[in-house]
Amino acid sequence: MNKSEKWYGFLFIAPMMVGYAVFLLGPMISAFAMSLTDRSLMGEGSFIGFANYARAMTDDPVFWESVRNTFVFAAGLIPLNLGLALLLALLLQRKLPGIGLFRTAVFTPVITSIVVWAIVWKYIFATDAGLLNHLLSMIGVKGPAWLYNMDLAMPVVIVVSVLKNVGLNMVLFLAALQDVPKSYQEAAVVDGAARRTVLLRITLPLISPTVFMAFLLTLIGSLKVFGQIYVLTGGGPGTSTHVLVYYIYQLAFKLSEFGYASAVAFVLFFLLMGMTLIQWGVRKRWVFYEN
Amino acid sequence: MKTNRARHSDASVIGTLLRYMLLAAVSILMLLPFFWMVSTSLKDRTRIFVFPPEWFPWPPTWENFTEVFERQPFHLYYFNTLYIAAAVTAGVCVFAGLAGYAFAKLKFPFKNALFLLLLSSMMIPTEATSIPMFIWMSNLGLVDTHFPLIVPPMLGASGMFGVFLLRQFFITIPGELDDAARIDGCSPWGTFWRIMMPLAAPSLASLSIFTFLHSYNEFFEPLIYLNSNKLYTLPLALSLFTNESGTEWHLVMAASVMATLPLLLVFFMAQRKFMEGIALTGLK
Repeated sequence: MNKSEKWYGFLFIAPMMVGYAVFLLGPMISAFAMSLTDRSLMGEGSFIGFANYARAMTDDPVFWESVRNTFVFAAGLIPLNLGLALLLALLLQRKLPGIGLFRTAVFTPVITSIVVWAIVWKYIFATDAGLLNHLLSMIGVKGPAWLYNMDLAMPVVIVVSVLKNVGLNMVLFLAALQDVPKSYQEAAVVDGAARRTVLLRITLPLISPTVFMAFLLTLIGSLKVFGQIYVLTGGGPGTSTHVLVYYIYQLAFKLSEFGYASAVAFVLFFLLMGMTLIQWGVRKRWVFYEN
Repeated sequence: MKTNRARHSDASVIGTLLRYMLLAAVSILMLLPFFWMVSTSLKDRTRIFVFPPEWFPWPPTWENFTEVFERQPFHLYYFNTLYIAAAVTAGVCVFAGLAGYAFAKLKFPFKNALFLLLLSSMMIPTEATSIPMFIWMSNLGLVDTHFPLIVPPMLGASGMFGVFLLRQFFITIPGELDDAARIDGCSPWGTFWRIMMPLAAPSLASLSIFTFLHSYNEFFEPLIYLNSNKLYTLPLALSLFTNESGTEWHLVMAASVMATLPLLLVFFMAQRKFMEGIALTGLK
């Protein structure tokens, strides 16, 4: 080992190592320490053990409401997003004239800011001035107050989120479909397999690692949903779209309950980590082909 | 035999037609918000509530755009957003490039252990670290500055992702290239800067697109750190427009058009690179 090479090595990684310590690991440790205190706007707060966690679990209906809503959001979004993305990828994989235009259309929302996307949809779903209710009234239907209705607000948020991000998974699936050897599918067709059989027995199993990864990324992303909630509903009406990150934001940056907010943030962290680990465990059972 | 083939081609024509119709339906749904945003931005306030809705406002009104600039320092929002995104992107390329190269090609003690340590940071969500970070920044007097939007992403989460991506790339470069440069008297710094970085240009382009987009569209961090109007970024400024009571949609839409336009133009010019970059980074 060259002596100066050693020092160059340390020198080259130094900025990122410092960044890791100061901006990631440090705050993570500090957040955990803070979650064991009753720190608020005034002063350092004092050590209260796991009382914040106990408060979240046993004494805070809004916390449970947020957990529930976060999972309702994820459970609604994931099948719609993955299903639509897969359908679009299957439709777009054939080289037909003009197909690039459709791909561009579906991908454009992905690069658009979630704030802009949510604002435009908020306008479309507006009760009196909204395009949707205008169109509905043209066919004689009186549209509901979409974003101010306890039962409708969450479905609207889910649909808006699916349309925003479906292009991302579509691109991932398209890339995976292109890697499926054409000879497999052709061989199956020669053997007399129906199109549907080829799709279900050959194509889908071969891209299952990508589907799985997309599932995982979509799940993690949906547990962290924030921007569209902030713009579209502000957590309301009532607490019907109040999700975990929105709750953390409110606790920490509106109410300055830093100790309790850190505890809730750590619950989210454990949730994210747990999901990842469980899914990695399940992985081997239904992902058939792995490089 | 002939009828069979004819039937088959009939079916495939119908199949293709169905395919196109389905794709057209989804594409319209995707593009509708953009169309409606532009359409509304060209209407004056009296035509917003016209029934039935006007799809193509004629004659178009351009005053909404000037009014946005009169009411808000919109040119500052542009400047802030662009310079922050550019700074983060440049920083990520250089610092992640250095670390990625060192982890891939240089020999030094504890290399693998240190790399694994960095890899573990993928599990850390910014939502959990944001609270202590906010308190530290406020103790240092850095709240309501652009510092927390530039340096922590550069050397934190965005940067880490760059390290993994670029290390992955540098590993594929044959070691002989490194040795040859060294024998010719190039220092590791010279090898990195003059040989390795130019070679990594395609990976750096993907990483830059990803990092720039992420910073340009970032919402949570500007929301918690910025208070002064003149420091706002585009997404933050837009979100605050709508929170005022009685939203003036024609102005909000004009502002949204202006905030979205730069990115869309670049996207349409370099679509393939964008999709590659995003797909690649989606695989992290």
